[in-house]
Amino acid sequence: MTVPAQHGPQVGTLAVGNRLLPLSLRTVAADADRLSGLTGGHRACRGCGEALAARVVVDAAHRATGGRLVTVNATGCLEVFSSPYPESAWRVPWLHSLFGNAPAVASGVAAALAVQGRGDVRVLAQGGDGGTLDIGFGCLSGMFERDDDVLYVCYDNQAYMNTGVQRSSATPADARTATTPVVDGTGGNVTRHVKDAPRIAMAHGVRYVATATVGDVRDLEEKVTRAMAVRGARYLHVLVPCPLGWGTPTDETIELARHAVRTGLFPLFEAEDGDVVATTPIRRREPVTSYLERQSRFAHLFHPVRQDEVLDRIQREADRTVARYRLDRQEEGAS
Amino acid sequence: MLRQVEGSLAVAETVARCRPQVISAYPISPQTHVVEHLSRLARTGELDHCAYLTVESEFAALSSLVGASAAGSRSYTATSSQGLLFMAEAVFNAAGLGLPIVMTVANRAVGAPINIWNDQGDSIAMRDAGWIQLYAADNQAAADLHVVAFRVAEELSVPVMVCMDGFVLTHAFEEVDVPDQHQVDAVLPPFRPRQLLDPAAPVSIGAMVGPEAYTEVRYLADHALRRALEVLPAAADEIGAVLGRPVPSLVQAHGCRGAGTVVVVMGSVLGTLSEVVDERVARGVRVGALGITCFRPFPASAVRAALCDADEVIVLERSLAAGEDGPLTADVARALAGTRARVRTVVAGLGGRPVTGTALHGLLDRAEGGRLGARTFLDLDRTVIDRELRRSAAQEVAP
Repeated sequence: MTVPAQHGPQVGTLAVGNRLLPLSLRTVAADADRLSGLTGGHRACRGCGEALAARVVVDAAHRATGGRLVTVNATGCLEVFSSPYPESAWRVPWLHSLFGNAPAVASGVAAALAVQGRGDVRVLAQGGDGGTLDIGFGCLSGMFERDDDVLYVCYDNQAYMNTGVQRSSATPADARTATTPVVDGTGGNVTRHVKDAPRIAMAHGVRYVATATVGDVRDLEEKVTRAMAVRGARYLHVLVPCPLGWGTPTDETIELARHAVRTGLFPLFEAEDGDVVATTPIRRREPVTSYLERQSRFAHLFHPVRQDEVLDRIQREADRTVARYRLDRQEEGAS
Repeated sequence: MLRQVEGSLAVAETVARCRPQVISAYPISPQTHVVEHLSRLARTGELDHCAYLTVESEFAALSSLVGASAAGSRSYTATSSQGLLFMAEAVFNAAGLGLPIVMTVANRAVGAPINIWNDQGDSIAMRDAGWIQLYAADNQAAADLHVVAFRVAEELSVPVMVCMDGFVLTHAFEEVDVPDQHQVDAVLPPFRPRQLLDPAAPVSIGAMVGPEAYTEVRYLADHALRRALEVLPAAADEIGAVLGRPVPSLVQAHGCRGAGTVVVVMGSVLGTLSEVVDERVARGVRVGALGITCFRPFPASAVRAALCDADEVIVLERSLAAGEDGPLTADVARALAGTRARVRTVVAGLGGRPVTGTALHGLLDRAEGGRLGARTFLDLDRTVIDRELRRSAAQEVAP
């Protein structure tokens, strides 16, 4: 049986619920009794990758800590759609202070818990790419450097979506945003490289750094679980497509995240103490054009005139990433 | 026990005896000695059960305390000037969240031009942030007010700034009786947070509030802040009784009764001013001094009562309110609305310029001679001002 490359059903290693697996190997997301720490009824957009990823992350962290978990949230989509007073979608202790200080707030929570003898309660901090890579970056670096006992999770949807899709330092080259507009077929984001937060975290010697996507819940849960087994600063960078900002159908969020991985544009890896210790090889690599042409934020690269020079540059960027993490190797034992 | 100590050390030791559980430190002159002393106390174990964080900015310093306080720990930091402005967003946030953080502000001028010396422009800029603001007139008050600060902050769930003039107080060695541990323990019970990050009882703190409830939330925060006008004097009296000395709370009147002219000031100038007043009173002049200890909430009734005999009120502003006379002037004038008192502004001691007894005598001479305008700058070098104004006027005329 061949598995369709796109729009396929959730099968194989990407399956969230698999009745044939023993209970201990099933995902948290497949457990009917999971916490749903970010419960339903919130106000995220249809197809929001961040909302799904956050629920998976919180539930996995909740299970990993035996329920001894508190969370800190940066300002952003996740905060806004989950907490309009007097409602709250959070079933875990949740603290929101400001846009740019979530890592520092989390450091303070962790310090307070430790000094009170409540060190068994663990701290999860969450933010978007703007709150993490841009306005909160100083605080993030400080939290890393001090090795504070915080797992910081960045949900990267590659722009300031909450304020209406403006460019962030995580916005890919050439993407159209509200502040990098396309006029008369030209424009889009001008950048040499997006800010590579996972590698910057590694350069801090952060104990555990990993990348994941909302397209592979099992992998995401495993990485959260591994992160919660470690004490000290940890960083998890999760790609979460945004239908609004990317200009994609709301039912393609999961598949888009997987597609980004298959092109090599978003490498999946884990690092410990600054060194890469595991990567996820790409089984069937696909050209970046197949991924880009699905998103209207890149439409100007294809219409009215196909910009081959730009597309080649993006392909070379993917090739470089694949080479850096050796993502094109055959898995050992694979035929 | 009276000891000859640096103001920063007196404050640090007092803070340590208040048993903070989380301290965040970031250096800035002239505050730095306070957190340095505290780091030593944490290292020696004299300050135990306390996490001492060395953070990467003032913004992180206060932000980490937002987390620590919400997690139920008594929390403290200290800053000055640019540092206070750099953390401004968190200053408002801590108040909005009702977190009883205590912060020392070693008052220092705000740049540009960059200037490390004392005035009160930094904390005045945070006037409306929702913190209780206390101003110490001397190092004994600076120490004692920290005990009051923790007590009142936690009673009201409102953060408190204890402001002390940078260098003039922080670096001055004078006799201080630092409250000892059993005295502080007698008046400061362990912190019982109003709400707490606890997995056993999850709460959402810091939710988004829209037009339907924002006004009510802000009203209630203001209500809690204003309650300090009753809670502060009671706490200061109780703490003063244990310490065996009066502890200031709202205002400190020095010879105001029957005084036709009263000079109003916040901070350490009250010492010099009181001496000047005493010298003039000895010569038979009816003059007094009023120190404002609590600037926010503003104790309008206490100010009005203290100034009830005054015809002439001179407000010494230790900061510049650009485009207006001065923040303290505005508050004093409002407190005196409907009375016969004339209120005048004197901007004094900006960027560390000394406010001397000689200058204050000269000021009062002019006031008594009817030669004091509505707004005066003490010791202003008119030759520089006139030269520069002529120069810029010439440039404006040129095409």
